Parts: sequence; C-alpha cells; structure tokens
Amino acid sequence: MAVKKFVTGCFKDEEVLFPAVKKTRRAGYKIHDVFTPFPIHGLDKAMGLRDTSLHTAGFIYGISGTATAVGFITWALTIDWRLNFGGKPFFSLPAWIPITFELTVLFAAVGMVLTFCYLCQLAPFVRKDHFNPRSTDDTFVMALECTDKTNDGEAVSFLQGLGAEEVKVEYRETGWWIGRYDSEKKRFEKTGEAAAAQS
Amino acid sequence: MSLLRYESQVRPALVEGDKDYHQVTEDICRPVEAKPSKLWWTGFLISVLMLVFGIVSVTMEVMYGTGQWNLGKTIGWGWDITNFVWWVGIGHAGTLISAILLLFRQGWRTGVNRAAEAMTIFAVICAGQFPIWHMGRVWNAFFVLPYPNTRGPLWVNFNSPLLWDVFAISTYFTVSLLFWYSGLIPDLATLRDRAKKKWRKVFYGVAAFGWTGSTKHWQRHEALSLVLAGLSTPLVLSVHTIVSFDFATSVVPGWHTTIFPPYFVAGAIFSGFAMVQTLLVVTRKVLGLQEYITLEHIEVMNKVIVLTGSIVGIAYLTELFMAWYSHVDYEWFAFKENRVNLFSPYGWSYWIMMGCNVLSPQIFWFRKMRRNLVVTFFMSILVNIGMWFERFVIIVTSVYRDYLPSSWSTYYRPTIWEVGFYMGTFGLFFTCYFLFSKFFPVIAIAEIKHILKRSGGNFKDKMGGIEVETVNQFGDKHLHEH
Repeated sequence: MAVKKFVTGCFKDEEVLFPAVKKTRRAGYKIHDVFTPFPIHGLDKAMGLRDTSLHTAGFIYGISGTATAVGFITWALTIDWRLNFGGKPFFSLPAWIPITFELTVLFAAVGMVLTFCYLCQLAPFVRKDHFNPRSTDDTFVMALECTDKTNDGEAVSFLQGLGAEEVKVEYRETGWWIGRYDSEKKRFEKTGEAAAAQS
Repeated sequence: MSLLRYESQVRPALVEGDKDYHQVTEDICRPVEAKPSKLWWTGFLISVLMLVFGIVSVTMEVMYGTGQWNLGKTIGWGWDITNFVWWVGIGHAGTLISAILLLFRQGWRTGVNRAAEAMTIFAVICAGQFPIWHMGRVWNAFFVLPYPNTRGPLWVNFNSPLLWDVFAISTYFTVSLLFWYSGLIPDLATLRDRAKKKWRKVFYGVAAFGWTGSTKHWQRHEALSLVLAGLSTPLVLSVHTIVSFDFATSVVPGWHTTIFPPYFVAGAIFSGFAMVQTLLVVTRKVLGLQEYITLEHIEVMNKVIVLTGSIVGIAYLTELFMAWYSHVDYEWFAFKENRVNLFSPYGWSYWIMMGCNVLSPQIFWFRKMRRNLVVTFFMSILVNIGMWFERFVIIVTSVYRDYLPSSWSTYYRPTIWEVGFYMGTFGLFFTCYFLFSKFFPVIAIAEIKHILKRSGGNFKDKMGGIEVETVNQFGDKHLHEH
C-alpha cells in the first residue's frame, strides 16, 4: 500500500451525507471511502459498491462442514472400526444428524468470521491510518482520492458546497501495518511535501 | 426528515431523552471510562471469593473422586448435571435476544443484546465445568474428542447423546463467542478512539482489530451478523434439544418422553430471560443506563417470561397426563410417587418447581407488575430457583428409585463440596460479568445509533404530527425537501 493524497470532509448527519455521496459520484470524483460510526443501509448502493459475497462463502463453509461430519463418521463407524451398538446398523445416519448439524454451523461460523477478518484486514495488533477519530463517534467522513487530474481547491470547495465541515487535503496511508495506537508513528514517515514530490 | 425513518407513535421510544449520536457514545462509554466504584469492588471481591471456594471444592473432587459429591451407584447424576443443564439454559436467552430477535427485526433487542450475549458466554463457560469435572479422572477429558489414538484407533461413539452434547456445547460456545466479539469490534474502536490513557489506547487498539468504520467493512459486518444470527437460531434450539436427549433417549421412567426437546427449549429461554432481568435491573441502575434499558425493555422481557413460563406449565401437565395415560406402571410410579406426592422424600421439590415456574409468573399478566422493578427482580430470582428445581426434579426423582427396589437410594443430599462447586460457578459467572461491565460497553453503541433516528424519543416527538396530518398537509410540508 502506499501513501496517497485525499480530500476529506466531515458530515454530521446522514441526511446530508446521502445526497452528497450521489452528487460527488455524479461530479466524477473518486470516493475512496466513507467512514461511518454505524452501518447506514443503502450507503453501499449509493457509493456503487457491489454486494458482498460473504453469504456464499458461508454456504460453502457450511456444506464442507456437513460433508466432513458425514464423511468422517461414516468412515470411522462403517469402515475403520466397526462397533456393534445393540445390533443397530453400522450406517445409522439418523443418529448422526446432531453432530452433522453442529459441524455445519461450526464450519460456517468460524469460516465466515475468518473470511470477514481477512477481507477487511482485521486482526489484533493491526493498525490502520485513521482518517478521523470521530468517525467512530458521531461523524461521517468522506474521503475523495486525488488523482493527477484532480484540482484540490475545486474538490475542497465542492465538498464544502455539499455541506461538509472541516474539509482538508491530507496525505494518508491506505494499508495496514503492525503498530500500536498509543504512538503516532506511521508505517512510512513521509511528510506531505515529500509524498507530493514523489508523485 | 425522510419518510423512510418513520415508525408509528404507538410504539414507545426505545431510547428516552434528548439524544444525539455523540450523547449516546458519551452515555455508554462513561461507566467504562470512569474509575470503578466501591460497589463494583465489593461485588467483584465477593465474586472472586466465591470463585476461590469453587476452586477448592473442585480440587477436593479431583483428589478424592466424585464420591466427594455424594454420588454413588443409584444417584450417578446429582447436583452437577442439574447445574449443568441450568447454566446452559440460562445461556439461551442471550442467543434468543441477539439472533432470533434480529431475524424478527425486533428493535428493542439493541438495548439489551450485548449484555445478554455476554451472559450467554459466561453461562456456557460455567455449564461446561460440570460435565468436565464430573468425569472424575479429568486428565482423561480429551478422550471425548475423536482423535487418532493408540487404542485401535477406537473412535468415540457418534451415536451417543453424551457425545452429541460435546459437539453441541463446544459449537455453541464458539459461535456465541464469535457473534459477540464481531459485534463488539466497532464499539471497541469507539473506545479506542476516545482513549486518553496509554494503556487504554494499547488495550482497545489491540482489541478493536484495527476497525475503521469503512462502508465496505460495515456492509460485510451486516452480512456477517445476519448469517451468524441465522446460524445461531437453529443452533440454540439444537443445543437444548440435544441436552434433553441426554435424558429422553434413555429408558429411565420420567426421562423417556418425546416432549422433552420443546419443553427444555422453552424452559431454557424462560430461565435465561429471568437471569437477564436479574442482571439488567441492577446494571441499568448502577451504570445509569435507564434511558437505554427502559421500562419498556423490562416489560417486553416480562411478557416473554409469562409466555415461556406458561409453555413450561403446559409441558409439565402434558407429561403428567401422558404418564397416566400411557398405562406404563414405572412411568406412572415415577410421577405419582416420586414427584407429585408431596409426602414422598422429594415431593417438596416438585411443588417448589410448580409454584415458582407455573404459578408465580402469572403475576405478569398485570401491566403494573410487569413495569415494577422490585417485583421484576424478585420474580427473576424466583424463576431461576424454580428452573433449578425443575432440573433437580427431573434428574434426582427419576434416579433415586429405579426398577429394583433393593437399590433404591437413601435420601440424597449434597455435600459441602458439591454446593461449593455450584457457588464457585456463580463466582466465575459474576467475576466475568463484573469485568465485562467495567471494560466493555454493556450496550451495543453502534446498534443504538442505528435505531436512534427511528426509535429515539426526541426524534419520535418531532414526527408525531404525521399521523394526524392529511395527505395534502403532509405533501405541502415534506414533498419539496429534496
């Protein structure tokens, strides 16, 4: 990942944020992300994000759990070591339903959470550049990514016109690194000017 | 204000008072960021002392065997399995609130779900102790897992309900933990970003996994919560069903009934809600969260208690009727002589169960009682006593007189170490709960914010006019907003 240049604006109300997101996209700006303190239904659609496939992944993990349980129990009780439980058949599927079900749920849940953490790059000791610490409290932060063609000044006044407060041009690290939240140390110690000179 | 957010005025506000997003954060984070009070220290130390007593009791059991618990040939399951089923049952209300009510789109769950889920996890940890230490030779506990061994390999019996229990309880614990923690991550990030002290920044920084609140992440988070809720719903039903199979698949009179799974699940939710009430009536007062856990929340949960209590009551009467109707002598004997007969050795426990579980919750048919905190607290304790006795009745009154009168047990009473172990799990439970309420937000901050503009008191008041306006009036006022 790299340090990039952003124009960020803060919104205090999602009623203002929604039309702002739509107008920003229509104006052709590239929205890097919108950071919100809670999930806002429909914002992903408004930003043009595609639906998540996490459900599908969960389904695949689930059926692999089912297959593991049925396969393993069948092998253990009918092939590897046959045991006679009161003359019942070796292949007694109804009695295996509980464990099969539990493993289906277990595989699906664990798999989905791990996939979620992988996709969102979440883990203990992971540090990410925080655009605005109040975005976990009461502020909706929209970050526009600046390209070569972006005119900073225009973007700033555009966001201000949409009702954004504290509009700033900032250099931000987009990836994650191993770091602690009590120090301000970034992954790459670059001043704004240095990054600008490089780009 | 767009019309999409409108919710009928008939529904009472879920968040009282004049709140905005920042105020919600402040209110819920305040108890976490303040120094612990003397009350907290007192409660915490008492819990730790009980936990220590529990550890001593368990040590006695490990050193001298399950005979320390007055268990023998006739009474093989006594207090320990009673406590196990009781604790597991308590856990179920948390999953019901967090998962089933999420699927049913019940907004009121947001006020209570975080604490209830935490309760679930701690209750399952407590429950798990009993079957593990009951094994006696606890160092062989891993024998229950299907691992390649040098005894054949001889696999575990996948047809046995006791093994189903191993899978059910461990899956339940894992999934509940994942569900709870994934919901907690955004709120931990809120605490991290508010932290002033170094240790808080480090602790919540590590715990929040680097959450930023990105829209894409929220989208995945929502999907994850929904699917985990969908998985937890059948899971919670399966877990207590499987626990009831421990009894129902045997041929012991009083256990061998098909009604057990639904009856156990209803009972579990019943006792779990009672425990939620016990905890929250105190928590909301001590932490000053009355505006988030309102009387409405308490009332709704009391309605669930009277509903599930009555289901349990019908189940008691059904199994009693079936015992008579079946014309099986042993079954009828177990019910008539061992349970219903007040003058039999354990007859008193059956009637405590009936009184606490079936009769006493009927008081909640009255709105005034449902909204009375003292009555609610008292009732929640009573229900949990009743539900403990339900499991005691099922287990002990069925096994103390079996098919062979010569092996009938003399009067079974627990030893101090058996009681101590039970007290120890209370210590464990409350130690965990005290730590949780000190270091984690007891209410889901992000979820409260999500419903704030729909169900918050001040926002509802502003929209009160909509219901009495004509279409034209409404149009004039709102149509040209965008």
